[in-house]
Amino acid sequence: MTEPIITFDKVNKWYGNNFHVLRDIDLTIKQGERLVICGPSGSGKSTLIRCINALEDYQEGKLTVAGHVLGDDIKAIDAVRRQVGMVFQQFNLFPHLTVLENLTLSPTWVAGMPKKEAVERAMHQLERVRIAEQAQKYPLQLSGGQQQRVAIARALCLTPKIMLFDEPTSALDPEMIKEVLDVMISLADGGMTMLCVTHEMGFAKAVADRVIFMDQGQIVEQNNPEEFFNHPKTDRSKDFLSKILGH
Amino acid sequence: MTDVFVSLPARTAPVKTDGLLPWVKKNLLASVPNALLSIAIIGIALWAVWGAVDWGIINAVTAANADLCQANRGIGACWGVVNEKARLIVMGRYPREEHWRPALATVLLVGLIVASCSPKFWKKWLPLLWVAVLAAFFTLMSGGVLGLTKVPTDQWGGLPLTIMLTVISMTLAFPIAVAVALGRKSNMPAIKSLCVIYVELIRGVPLISVLFMASFMLPLFMPIGKSPDVLIRVIIGITLFAAAYMAEIIRGGLQSLPKGQTEAAASLGLGYWQTQIKIVLPQALGTVVPSIMNNFISLFKDTSLVTIVSLFELTGALSLAVGSDPNWRPFKIEAYLFIAAIYFSCCFAMSRYSLWIEKRVAVGKAR
Repeated sequence: MTEPIITFDKVNKWYGNNFHVLRDIDLTIKQGERLVICGPSGSGKSTLIRCINALEDYQEGKLTVAGHVLGDDIKAIDAVRRQVGMVFQQFNLFPHLTVLENLTLSPTWVAGMPKKEAVERAMHQLERVRIAEQAQKYPLQLSGGQQQRVAIARALCLTPKIMLFDEPTSALDPEMIKEVLDVMISLADGGMTMLCVTHEMGFAKAVADRVIFMDQGQIVEQNNPEEFFNHPKTDRSKDFLSKILGH
Repeated sequence: MTDVFVSLPARTAPVKTDGLLPWVKKNLLASVPNALLSIAIIGIALWAVWGAVDWGIINAVTAANADLCQANRGIGACWGVVNEKARLIVMGRYPREEHWRPALATVLLVGLIVASCSPKFWKKWLPLLWVAVLAAFFTLMSGGVLGLTKVPTDQWGGLPLTIMLTVISMTLAFPIAVAVALGRKSNMPAIKSLCVIYVELIRGVPLISVLFMASFMLPLFMPIGKSPDVLIRVIIGITLFAAAYMAEIIRGGLQSLPKGQTEAAASLGLGYWQTQIKIVLPQALGTVVPSIMNNFISLFKDTSLVTIVSLFELTGALSLAVGSDPNWRPFKIEAYLFIAAIYFSCCFAMSRYSLWIEKRVAVGKAR
């Protein structure tokens, strides 16, 4: 459990010529580690995790995921994407496909799995997120919390080694946040490598091995949640914590 | 102590707001000027309807007798012209004793289209069915085999030609349009500019000039005697024209899709073509069904322009049938009303049909 599975080595990224969104990111993540990334909006935290499955490219440095260096090599990108699942803020389920079809699409088309096996696996994942009875419905017939749980199940169908969560609860009604967090906690308990951009500090305290605090494209501070929340080392993180915990 | 929350039972509204009487009160008789206007407009409408009934039904002549019609001019309509010329208008110059062939061919073609729009027929053999029906269509129309007399394409005409031009051109235009729409969104500059140039060039000229070029200029560039049949040249012209418009419609559909959909597909490992075929196109095409149908209907009527290159589809066949017969020429207006009714019933059927497809496509989106 101590192998590094993701390594950022002096990674820099710009949007256009002038917007320096990631600055000298150095970060090593071990297999089975659970990270929570927080920071103000525009600090580059979403961009950081979107680099890991090559939804964003980068201009300088070296990013290695599961043994593949991400760059122009399409094969490496494909290989990485099969091992990395992602959950989006806006769920991004495919509205023209049923819940079950959403889940079996990638296993059958990308992994070439026989349909029967893909359906079995999908049903297993749906049971895991406690939503198996909705398999034949269309995504927009479900509540936001249910949709996000389907999205998690869909990402799990390729049995990824790493799961990325990009503000998974930010678009949810308050009463639905818990059902999604519960699923994420059970996933964390199962030993999944997880990177989660979130402001749910309760979740961070409960499951994170490490909290990364970012501002202006840099990693300002990283520590275990106990230390980070109780004894933040920099004035920037103190200021941030006082704002999000103060209300 | 905590209070127990008791929800109030839902009630029906105290004043009835739906039904005929409340509607009339609210929309026609809301105030005095409103009521006066309503009465005036209803009066004018009744007068117009009465005039039409008087001319078109009560005083009309239905017998195919030119003298009777002549005597009745200015008093009532002469449906005799339709009685006399209907077959010539609907079938054009196609030999009279062979009319069953275009009729059967057209029924096959329309049946194919209707079937193709229904998910029940979305099977692996559907493309084969298309090939079979199209082969049957052209065999029936042109003959020369199976004991059917040969009918050259310049004798094809009327409604079968109109329907055939529309269906074949739209069907051929569709894949071109999808390719051009995707090409315009491509990252590759050469492909992108080619697609932009194509769309802008075609949209910049009227259909009639495209037809003219297809029919008269194309042969100049071909070796003498090798030029394809005028019908094929016209189909190519209409197809290229329709594809440019349809490409823009489809591009609109592509743009309406949230970026998250392609990102989700990418994160699941789907490649470019898998993403387009499984995720992007089904949704994008679903949203543009009304616009594509609109395009289809407009093209159905635009095919009347092929008259200028001597193909006598419905409108052309009418001029041929009535315009060239001095006995019946004065009653062209009735004949025009007749083909207007044909056009209308075809277009109305298409538009109702497109509403039905829209509903089917929207199943996944409906709450």
